[in-house]
Amino acid sequence: MSLDFKPGAFNDFFRDETFREDFTYRNSPQNIRRFPFPFDRDDYMYSVNMEPHVPGRKGTAFEHILDVDEHYVSEMIDRAKVLADDPLRCQSLPHMTLAGWDLLELIMEAKARDYPEWFSLERNGNRWRWVNRPLGIDHSFTFLDESTLPYGPFEYITRQTQGDFSLQDERDGTLWMDAGMVTSQADWSLDFDVGMNFHEWHAPVPLAHEKGVFDRALKFLLKLQHGAPVRRFNWTMTVNPLLDTAPETYPKWGPTKTSLTQENLGRKQHLRVELQSLYRLPRSNAIAFDIRCYLASFDEIVTVPKWGRRLHRVIRDLPEELATYKGFIRNRDAMVSWLAKYDDGAPTSPGWWPDE
Amino acid sequence: MTLTPVAPTIRSRPVYAALEPWPGRLHLIIADGEGADAVIGMLVKANNRSEILSATHVMYTPGPNGTDLSSKLEALGAAQFFRAPTIPALLPRLQRVLSDAHMGTQFYLAGTEGLIGQAEREIMATGFPFAAIQKEHRGSTVRRVQCVHCKGITENVSTNPFKCSHCGLNLFVRDHYSRRQAAFQGVNIDAEDPGEVPESVVRFK
Repeated sequence: MSLDFKPGAFNDFFRDETFREDFTYRNSPQNIRRFPFPFDRDDYMYSVNMEPHVPGRKGTAFEHILDVDEHYVSEMIDRAKVLADDPLRCQSLPHMTLAGWDLLELIMEAKARDYPEWFSLERNGNRWRWVNRPLGIDHSFTFLDESTLPYGPFEYITRQTQGDFSLQDERDGTLWMDAGMVTSQADWSLDFDVGMNFHEWHAPVPLAHEKGVFDRALKFLLKLQHGAPVRRFNWTMTVNPLLDTAPETYPKWGPTKTSLTQENLGRKQHLRVELQSLYRLPRSNAIAFDIRCYLASFDEIVTVPKWGRRLHRVIRDLPEELATYKGFIRNRDAMVSWLAKYDDGAPTSPGWWPDE
Repeated sequence: MTLTPVAPTIRSRPVYAALEPWPGRLHLIIADGEGADAVIGMLVKANNRSEILSATHVMYTPGPNGTDLSSKLEALGAAQFFRAPTIPALLPRLQRVLSDAHMGTQFYLAGTEGLIGQAEREIMATGFPFAAIQKEHRGSTVRRVQCVHCKGITENVSTNPFKCSHCGLNLFVRDHYSRRQAAFQGVNIDAEDPGEVPESVVRFK
C-alpha cells in the first residue's frame, strides 16, 4: 500500500499543470471569478479579522469548508515532489498522533459529504474505507491504528488535501505548533518553528505585536469550540506561480524577484492569498490550522475591473514595513506603475466580490 | 560582571534573569565561562549554602572566549564537580545524570546562550517544563545559528553577516530563536542579488 497516485488522475475538471520549472499553472476564466480576493476596501492594515468559517456563496471558494478546485491534483503532485526533496517539511511531534487522526476524520467526512462524486468514506466501526477518485486511492484501514496506513494519519491525509496544515496543542494558556505539513508557505520554516508557542512563531511579524493583534487573536482562539471553525485572510506577493516559497529554498527562488519588467509583470507577478481556517479537534482538543494558498497573476486579477482598481490602491498605499516584511518592497513601484493602467479613479463597491 | 543585558526585541528571543537559590533535593548546575560568577552570586544569596552544596552537581566548561573559572567553581566544594573541555563533551554526562533526576531537582544554567540553549534542550527532552529552568546569561554574546537552507549549525558566530560553516552561504543572523534547535536562525542575505553582501561587522562578542 502506498500513496503513488495512479495515472489518469486528470479529467476534464482538474488541470494538468506545474508550479515549478516551466510554470504552466493558470486559472481558468471561471476560476478567476471564484478567486478569494482578500481586500474588501481600498486599503489594508493588519487586523485579527476572524469570522465564522461557514459554507458560503455557491460557486465561490467558500461554498464548502474545504475547497477542492481545478488545481487539486497538480497541487498534490507538487507536494509529493517537495516532500521527496525535503522530508523535514512534514513533522509531527510524538504526542500529536491523536490530533492527526482527528484531522483525518474531519477532512474525510467533509470531502465525502461535499464532493460525493470524487470522495467517499464507508465506516464499519473502526474499519474505514476511503476512496479518493481524483488521486486514484482506495484504501481500507483501521481508524486509530497507525500500522494500517502508509504514513502517519496527519501526513496521510494532508498529502491528499490542498493547503498547508499545522496542529496546535493547547497547554499553559497558549498554543504550541507541534505538527505541520508545509509545502506552500509564505517564507517560514516549519523545521525551525515546530514546537514554538503562538507568540514565538509569530515573533518576526512587524507592527502587529505592538497593536495587540496576537494577544487578541490568541485569546479568541483559546475559546474556539468544536464544530464552530473560524477563518481569516492573509496575503503576499509571489513571482511566478510558485507554491513552495520556502526559506529553505530561498537561494533558488529569491533571484526571480529581480526578473520583473513592465512587459512580463502581468504574467509573472502573482497575488498570493491565504485562506486560513481553524478547527477545534474533538479527541485531542488540539486546533487544526489550514493555510490554503490561492495564486492569481496580475493579468488574471485585472480581468475583474473592481479588483484591478482596488489592488492598485492597496499596494500603492501599503506601509513600507509591511511591503518589506511581505518581501516585495523592491518590486512595489513596478507593481504600482503596472496596476495604475487599470485604475481610472472610479469608486469601488464595498466588499470583495466582483461586480455583477 | 553581571547578567548580560538583552536588548528588547522579538518575542521568540529568550530573556534571562539572575539565578536564585530554590529549595530542592538535587541542584544541577550547568555553566560555562563567566557563568561561574552567576553561580557564585546565587550561592551568596542562599542562607543554607552548605546544605545546597551537599546536594549539588556542577558541570562546567570554559567559555568560547577562553574564560576558565573552573578552579573558582571547584573550590565551592559541591558534592560533585566536573570540568568538560567543551560543550559537546559536557552533554553526554548531563544526559546520564538526567536519566536519574527525580522530582525536586532544581536546574541552574549560566553562561553563554549556546551552553544554556543546549542544556535546556536536554532537560526539556525529559519532559521538564522549560519555564521552570533558571537561566542567567553571562559573558560572551556569540550565537549558535542554524542555517535555514542547509540545516547546519554554526557555533560561536560573532559577525553579521557570516558565512555558513557547512554550505558556505552568506547568512544574516536573525533574532528569531528556536528552543528545539537551541539556535538562532540564519538566512541567506544575497539570494536576490548574488554577491552583494554587506560588510561583515562584529555584532556578538
